[in-house]
Amino acid sequence: MPNVYISSVIPVPVERVWSMIRDFNGLPNWTSFVMESRIEEGLPADKIGCVRAFQLQDGGFIREKLLALSDYDYSFSYAILESPMGVENYIATVKLLPITDGGRTFAEWSAEFDCASAREDELVAHIGNNVFQSGLNTLKERVGA
Amino acid sequence: MITVQRSTVIDAPIQVVWDILRDFNGHDRWHPAVDTSVVDDGKRTDQIGAVRNFRLTSGEKIREQLLSLSDRDHFFRYAIVESDIPLQNYVAEVSLKPVTDGNATYWSWTSRFNSPEGRETELADLVADGVYESGFAAIRARTQSLITPVSPSLATEKSLEGVAIHVDRHGGPEELYSAPVMAPAPGPGEVQIRQTAIGVNFIDIYCRSGYFDLLKPPGVPGMEAVGIVEAVGTNVRHLLRGQRVGYACPPVGAYATVRTMNAALVFPLPDFLDDQTAAAVLLKGMSAEFLVHRVHQIKKGEIALIYAPAGGVGRLLCQWAKHLGATVIGATSSEEKARVARAAGAHHVILPGSQSLEKQVMDITGDHGADVIYDAVGRDSFAHSVAALATCGHLVSYGQASGDIGARDIGSLASVSATLSRPNFGHYTDTPEKVAAITTRLFEAIERHVISVDIGNIFSLSQASDAHRALEGRKTTGSTIMIPDELRKGTS
Repeated sequence: MPNVYISSVIPVPVERVWSMIRDFNGLPNWTSFVMESRIEEGLPADKIGCVRAFQLQDGGFIREKLLALSDYDYSFSYAILESPMGVENYIATVKLLPITDGGRTFAEWSAEFDCASAREDELVAHIGNNVFQSGLNTLKERVGA
Repeated sequence: MITVQRSTVIDAPIQVVWDILRDFNGHDRWHPAVDTSVVDDGKRTDQIGAVRNFRLTSGEKIREQLLSLSDRDHFFRYAIVESDIPLQNYVAEVSLKPVTDGNATYWSWTSRFNSPEGRETELADLVADGVYESGFAAIRARTQSLITPVSPSLATEKSLEGVAIHVDRHGGPEELYSAPVMAPAPGPGEVQIRQTAIGVNFIDIYCRSGYFDLLKPPGVPGMEAVGIVEAVGTNVRHLLRGQRVGYACPPVGAYATVRTMNAALVFPLPDFLDDQTAAAVLLKGMSAEFLVHRVHQIKKGEIALIYAPAGGVGRLLCQWAKHLGATVIGATSSEEKARVARAAGAHHVILPGSQSLEKQVMDITGDHGADVIYDAVGRDSFAHSVAALATCGHLVSYGQASGDIGARDIGSLASVSATLSRPNFGHYTDTPEKVAAITTRLFEAIERHVISVDIGNIFSLSQASDAHRALEGRKTTGSTIMIPDELRKGTS
């Protein structure tokens, strides 16, 4: 099972980063590749099991289900229900850890999934670079880091 | 219950930080608050349940037990079992995570404990500042010093000029000559090393003479060296500029003052092992490790017959086999070498005499024979070795000092249902995982004095011909190493 792991140091306190990313419907606020997002069936964005449906800048359409959310651990997990990427059993986790030294944040974004074996390297690179690293880079800008 | 949580980012790859932290008994070498530390009951430092027993520089004594350790998660957990400082029910966790967009390391150190009434703040501050924060600072300084340039040339990665011993055609020691060489800037997966000590092994003579085809002239011989990392290429995550490293592996090319090579089989050296000792023991010690632990697993009570017990590998085999509980019989050629073998732990020594080797072995063992035989002699000894084996014994033929072993009749092995092994160093040491497992146990054996290193002869690199003549002429005892000429001038 391929997996992707990207992590970074964000030079602002963990509470500030968490307040930006906690909103499961808030991808347009802190990524550059999501155009618009909504939560299906009018559910609250922090209800476990809710589904976000969003449109990418490049036109792709993705639906993801919230599996877990923890304010205590600054962490959430989600699964892809529908996407143009050709992945199955895709589960991703975003987690923040405080860096007490300097009041900074350690951010991790990871995923595991299945796909056609010939596409593994391409998908790992794409998700790692164009989704996770790109997302964390934009997040750093948006939190004023 | 008090919770103390501290975390930081260290500007070094996670493997470098983990290599330092995972040694549960190594904190007296890096933490400023720890004076001396030992592990109770002879347990390994990475054995779950091991207790480190240490004294702080301020005088207090503490015993802490390792509760869990994970190389996969870069995590360990430990508890205080006894302490002069009243930290009660203290359980702490150390966790490392890679910062992938900077090749740095996130380090979290947390604990929970109870305190006597009124001392909560004092003890929490002691743990947070006196232990965790000062530990962060010490590791930061240590990893920084590892990457501090050791010469101005390190400011940018570039090729290095040096000297190497070349061979233009197979032949005698006179074919070795000294000439300038260039170690290029390291490419992806490569490391550039400024070498400080080079091991000389019998295999180097076989490469020079053409008996082995590992060296195709023109080329540079040598399989083993130690030095300082000058630069690393991309994708090298386990080595740092300025770090002390060693290797013992093909391809040949170690007879040089500078070298750029594949980094996968190059590993950091522990602090307690100096450069010259490391160059004297890496290849021979790694051989001894897989001979007694992997090719054949020596068990307590076995009888081991070891040829050339005064030689480089043979002496280590005697020490290690004795430590593992074997009765060791050395087979050698002179009373002088017999003394070396006895000092290395041989319980009995056989010399050439009126009776055959097998008869002497049978007399010593009450007709049992040897359960395992380490035979480095080859052609002249093979038949005697088979005759000296116990039923279901194991003949490990790992050398050919007397000449090519040639074709043999395996039917003779049926006389005692023998097992025959013919191990090749390269097959036991060709992946980073194998090398890590072997060197971990080798370094531990050296640190615990299970084996000892005897540097018998030190030559300047430019005297490589003389080093080969001495080794071929059987004039050496102990290990032979060479030192780059400019360093030799500095030390002698």
